[in-house]
Amino acid sequence: MTTESTPGAGGAVSKADGRPSTGAVTKASGRPARRAGAVGEPTTAGAPGTDVFLDVRDLKVHFPTDDGLVKSVDGLSFQLERGKTLGIVGESGSGKSVTSLGIMGLHTVGQYGRGKARISGEIWFDGTDLLAAHPDEVRRLRGREMAMIFQDPLSAMHPYFTVGAQIVEAYRVHHKVDKKKARRRAVELLDRVGIPQPDRRVDDYPHQFSGGMRQRAMIAMALANNPELLIADEPTTALDVTVQAQILDLIRDLQTEFGSAVIVITHDLGVVAELADDILVMYGGRCVERGPAERVFYEPQHPYTWGLLGSMPRIDRDQTDRLIPVHGSPPSLINVPQGCAFNPRCPYADVPADNRTRTERPELKEVGSRHFSACHMTQEERTRIWTEEIAPKL
Amino acid sequence: MSENNVTLQKQRPAAGETLLKVTGLVKHFPITKGLLRRQVGAVQAVDGLSFDVKSGETLGVVGESGCGKSTMGRLITRLLEPTGGTVEFEGRDITHLNVASMRPLRRDVQMIFQDPYSSLNPRHTVGTIVSAPFKLQRITPEGGVKAEVQRLLGRVGLNPEHYNRYPHEFSGGQRQRIGIARALALNPKLVVADEPVSALDVSIQAQVVNLLDDLQEELGLTYVIIAHDLSVIRHVSDRIAVMYLGKIVELTDRKSLYERPMHPYTRALLSAVPVPDPRRRGKRDRILLRGDVPSPIAPPSGCRFHTRCWKATVVCTVEEPPLLALKTGHQVACHHPENHEDLKPGDAALAEVTADGGKVVRTQAPSAAAPATEPTTTAEKAAEKAPAKAAKTATAEAATPGSAPEGAVETAPATSSGEAAGKASKEPAKKPVRKEPGAAEG
Repeated sequence: MTTESTPGAGGAVSKADGRPSTGAVTKASGRPARRAGAVGEPTTAGAPGTDVFLDVRDLKVHFPTDDGLVKSVDGLSFQLERGKTLGIVGESGSGKSVTSLGIMGLHTVGQYGRGKARISGEIWFDGTDLLAAHPDEVRRLRGREMAMIFQDPLSAMHPYFTVGAQIVEAYRVHHKVDKKKARRRAVELLDRVGIPQPDRRVDDYPHQFSGGMRQRAMIAMALANNPELLIADEPTTALDVTVQAQILDLIRDLQTEFGSAVIVITHDLGVVAELADDILVMYGGRCVERGPAERVFYEPQHPYTWGLLGSMPRIDRDQTDRLIPVHGSPPSLINVPQGCAFNPRCPYADVPADNRTRTERPELKEVGSRHFSACHMTQEERTRIWTEEIAPKL
Repeated sequence: MSENNVTLQKQRPAAGETLLKVTGLVKHFPITKGLLRRQVGAVQAVDGLSFDVKSGETLGVVGESGCGKSTMGRLITRLLEPTGGTVEFEGRDITHLNVASMRPLRRDVQMIFQDPYSSLNPRHTVGTIVSAPFKLQRITPEGGVKAEVQRLLGRVGLNPEHYNRYPHEFSGGQRQRIGIARALALNPKLVVADEPVSALDVSIQAQVVNLLDDLQEELGLTYVIIAHDLSVIRHVSDRIAVMYLGKIVELTDRKSLYERPMHPYTRALLSAVPVPDPRRRGKRDRILLRGDVPSPIAPPSGCRFHTRCWKATVVCTVEEPPLLALKTGHQVACHHPENHEDLKPGDAALAEVTADGGKVVRTQAPSAAAPATEPTTTAEKAAEKAPAKAAKTATAEAATPGSAPEGAVETAPATSSGEAAGKASKEPAKKPVRKEPGAAEG
């Protein structure tokens, strides 16, 4: 029964531990079963030669509340190839974490007294639509094929069990091995993530570990089954810079070693610049810009991305000028502004003619090779503003 | 009460004058045990700080969590009672003033807190919160309290009409502005801001940083800004103090600190910050420190950084380096500073870890009181310390006869991790093994 109640075997052991194992994926009510018709689609999604194995299409995660429907994620699409890293950036409340929990199938029905999540869209993971698949199937994948590193390792690990026991559990859920073997595996993993004296520390409780070591132990737990997809939700936010550098290096090394795809969710553009191949900028539950890291940093095509770059103090430059902040505050996800969600804060909202920014929601359009932006301004207007007004001030 | 009107029109000290002078400031929090609450030890949160804050400048204080920077902030605002040392404000010793004698000074020294959620009373309206200083100081500002509060709210970028709202109706950034308005109510001379922006989102963070900038220019404020974010500190500070385990290890102006850091810890700290520039990925000279900060209950002997320092020699384990001005306006506490000639040249390098069957030999208690004079003893002592505090992340092989450098620097391997890490830990060299430029591509 313990194994049954451990859906998040990868990194989520304790999160789910001891709680009733509810159906992992909650589907939007009234959605037609689409499994039969959709099989085979993902293979056609990627361009020839690419190895797309995670394909998220029009993902929507809505939470009904007393105040109204919270549209945490409202139509998000992206693809991820094996061995690549996607960085998801955005402010708090932009839907980053909800997306990752959605992929992991960790939004549940009525748990913790919260309203149930209404999820729609498709999440194709290596040929399986996670949203249409049977919960047992998702549970089999979770922890084995996809695993997660949570932000706060102290609350994500169970205080009553030793670190070793939690890694062993994650491993034994998916592998039929005896306890001795699993323990050896746990020691090996702790060693791999750089915990000193792993054979001794394996019997320690989470509170006996320091913050950085806990995060390492979480990574060990997530890697127990060599997952194909690793989701790191703010993996270093709670850590000091010196420890953060260690953890970022570890994630990078492990990725090259295991060839997994990684999704890094963070609000820190520095972390993204260190790790990500592709960057997805989220705002108000939607993707406003997506593209290769180089392009997003050097030729960003959305005013919100400009705002993020402008409001960031730089360690690598002696800049004493004022920062260029984004005015106002992030939108409420219950009443997302009409038209472009960014329009109340956008200094260029009036550039496109006929008030389109306030009436019509911009769709993601390709603005370069694999580079997409959701903005009503024409590419010439954006390029001009970026090169003349924004870039010189950064 | 209106006779106090005048007090708000304060004489501003001339810029450049010493406003706050701290000498040998110490704060130890006792650890007690048992029924009689006998003291069995102390958390040495702040252990001998000396610095000045000049009028009109911004002093940035930076360090990892647990280095005592917040405690320092609370000591200089006298929210905590110092264990030792002196704090002088405008030439007056305020170290042990009692609450009543401190009260007039509270007009001049104010604090902005980190968490905008817990630092505002949820049962009070914004008006009550911002007018509290007037009430406590029994001051009636010109034009009445309400008008003054509304002026302050407007000044920090809030709608003055929101006078009657409660804190929960505001977002994090707005709450931080309320905290700033409260701190400014009495027109203070010195504002101590403890992590003023770390709880805020990036775009909001920039708004608050700009606000602090503007207010300083307009009101001639002096700031002590405590933060862990080196980018924010670089942006806001004129001078910066880097703290490690309750001590200042380096104190200098912004330019020298970021361009020519002299303390190895500062250098490692700066190199660890991720730079938002994908083109520079893997091309930076990065120094990775091993492990975590040791416990302030039993800090390492000698230089407190020696357990993680790649330059540490024997003298570092026994003799504490004083904070010296090695250049004009550049104070460093290190025996072997960077970008400067070595102060203790020719000192024996910290001896190798004695290995016995792959295990570190333990012969001495970690905090042995006896001064370690022989190199071997010190090395063993250091070797003992590291695993005990989990101060090294090296694998078991690191402690094999290959003689691992104690507290040395881990490589930042570009591609093949395991191999590189293994290589690094076997390297007997004392200098940091660094990432090779350009090797990280692909």
